[in-house]
Amino acid sequence: MGKRSLRLLNREYAAKILFIISASAAIIAVGLICVFLFLQGLPAMWDMGIIRFLTGTDWRPTWDPPRFGILPMIVGSLYVTAGAILFGVPIGIFAAVFMAKFCPRPIYVILKPAINLLAGIPSVVYGYFGMVVLVPFVRENFGGNGNSIFTASILLGMMILPTIITISENAIRAIPPEIYEGAIALGASHERATFKVVLPAAKSGVMASVILGIGRAVGETMAVRMVAGNQAILRMPHEFLSGARTLTANVVIELGYAYGEHRAALIATGVVLFVFVMIINALFSILKKKESA
Amino acid sequence: MEITNKFLINDVNLWYSDFQALNNINMDIPEHMITAFIGPSGCGKSTLIKSLNRMNDLVEGCKITGSILLDGENIYGDIDVNALRKRVGMVFQKPNPFPMSIYDNIAYGPRTHGIKSKFVLNEIVEKSLQDAAIWDETKDRLKKSALSLSGGQQQRLCIARALSVQPDVLLMDEPTSALDPISTGKIEELVLQLKKDYTIVIVTHNMQQATRISDNTGFFLLGELIEYGETQQIFSIPQDKRCEDYITGRFG
Ligand SMILES: Nc1ncnc2c1ncn2[C@@H]1O[C@H](COP(=O)(O)OP(=O)(O)OP(=O)(O)O)[C@@H](O)[C@H]1O
Ligand SMILES: [Mg+2]
Repeated sequence: MGKRSLRLLNREYAAKILFIISASAAIIAVGLICVFLFLQGLPAMWDMGIIRFLTGTDWRPTWDPPRFGILPMIVGSLYVTAGAILFGVPIGIFAAVFMAKFCPRPIYVILKPAINLLAGIPSVVYGYFGMVVLVPFVRENFGGNGNSIFTASILLGMMILPTIITISENAIRAIPPEIYEGAIALGASHERATFKVVLPAAKSGVMASVILGIGRAVGETMAVRMVAGNQAILRMPHEFLSGARTLTANVVIELGYAYGEHRAALIATGVVLFVFVMIINALFSILKKKESA
Repeated sequence: MEITNKFLINDVNLWYSDFQALNNINMDIPEHMITAFIGPSGCGKSTLIKSLNRMNDLVEGCKITGSILLDGENIYGDIDVNALRKRVGMVFQKPNPFPMSIYDNIAYGPRTHGIKSKFVLNEIVEKSLQDAAIWDETKDRLKKSALSLSGGQQQRLCIARALSVQPDVLLMDEPTSALDPISTGKIEELVLQLKKDYTIVIVTHNMQQATRISDNTGFFLLGELIEYGETQQIFSIPQDKRCEDYITGRFG
C-alpha cells in the first residue's frame, strides 16, 4: 500500500470516529434525560400512587397533607393541543398547498423566507404577542378575561404553522409530476387535480407534519404559560374561555421553589410529558415507515 | 369506407422558450385509425402528441402557432381545455396510476365530470376495465391499491382510466417502452381492439410495433415531419433517404 492511500485510509478512519462520537453524544443526551427523569420521577409517582397521581383532580401542593393530582394539567395539555390542531392544521395544509401548487413566483420568494422566520421566532416573543394582542382581542370579542384555553390554542396554532407548512409543502412537492399530469389529462382542473389526487398522494407526509406539529404544541411552555391563565383546575370543554394549566406550565411555574415531595411530583409531571412526547414520536416513525414501505 | 379526418394540423410551429421544437408541421390524422409517430430521440414526437390535448400548456415558456382542428374546431381557439382533454385521452410512457385504489383510479375521471351515482360509477369502472382487458385480473381486488399491480397491469389500468371518460381519441406516448414483451403484446392487441371505437395516435421507438399495429406512420426528424403515409408504404418503399436509414436501423 502506498503512502498516499495509507493517508487516505487514516483520514477515513478519523472521519468515522468523529461520526461515531457525534452520534453517541446525541444518544447519550437522550439516555441521560431518560434515566434522570425516570429515576427521580417514577419512585415519587409510585409513592403517591400512579393512578391517584394521574387521575387526581386536585393539585394542592400547599395543603396539609398536600394533594398532587395532575389530571387538570393532562386535560389542559390535551385541550390546548387539540385547539392548536383545530386552528393550525387546516390553515397549515391549505397554506402548504398554496405554496406548492398555486403561489406565483414573486409571492413565493417573499412568503417562503417569512415562514422560515416564523419558525425561528423564540417562543417568548410569541408569548408576548399573545399577551398584548391575542389576550385583549379574545377578552373583547369572546368574553372572559382573555387568558384562556382558547387564546392559548390560537397562539399554539400559529406556532405550529411553520412546521406543518414546510413539511407538507415538501411532501406535496415530492409527488411525481406524472401523477398530477395524469389527472389533468383526464380533464380535471388544476384545483381538482391538486386537491383530489396530489394532496391525497402526499397524505403520509402531511400526517407526519401534523404529528410533528402536535409534538411541538404539547411541549411548548413559555408562550402557553403567558396566555393560558394557568389555573390548575379541571375544565370541561365548554369552558374554553377559562384558563387552564398545561403539564409544561405546571413544571415551569413551580419548579423554582418546590422541594421534597412537591418537587418529586413536578418531576413526575415531566415524566408524563415525556411519555406523551414518546408516543407522538412513535406515531411519527410508524408513519415514516409506512411511507417508505 | 370514406375517411374522415379527426385532426387537421396546419402550419404548427412550437417553441420551448427560444428553442424551436416543431417546425411547420402539416398533417391529417384520420378517424378510427392508428397513426404512429416515429423518429429518433428528441425529434419532437412527444411535443406534437402533447399538442393534441394541450398538455404543453403546462410547460412554462411553451409557445405555439398555427392551428390544430379537432372535428373542425381549432383547439387553440377559444375552447374549454378541460373538455378537450376529456375528448382526447392520454396514456403516458411510464404507467402513472394514482396512489389510490384501482376503483378510485377509474372512477376519478367520471367523478371529475360530474357523475356521482354509485351505480353508474360501478358500471363505468367495470366497462372501462373490461375494455382495457384487465377486468379479470382486477375484479376481485378493486379496493386494493393500484400500486400493487405489475407494470404491465398498471399500464392497462391507465388505459382503462383514459377510457373511463369516453374520449374520442387516445394519445399514447411510448405506452410499452417500460414493459416486458408479454405485456407489450397484450397492449398491442388491446390497441388494435380499441381502434373500432377510438382514433389512436401512438408514439413508438419500436419499428415492429409500428408495422404491427398502425395504419399510418409519420417520420419526424429535428422537429420536422419528413415523411407521412400509409405504414406499409413507409416501411416498404420509403421515399426519403433519411427515413429509410432510420427504419432500417442505420441511425436513431
Ligand atoms: N419542457 C421542455 N423544455 C424545453 N425543451 C424541451 C422540453 N420538452 C422537450 N424539449 C426539447 O424539445 C425537443 C423535442 O422533445 P420531445 O420530447 O418532443 O422529443 P421526442 O421525439 O419525444 O423524443 P424521445 O423519443 O426521446 O421521447 C428536444 O430537443 C427536447 O430537448
Ligand atoms: Mg418522447
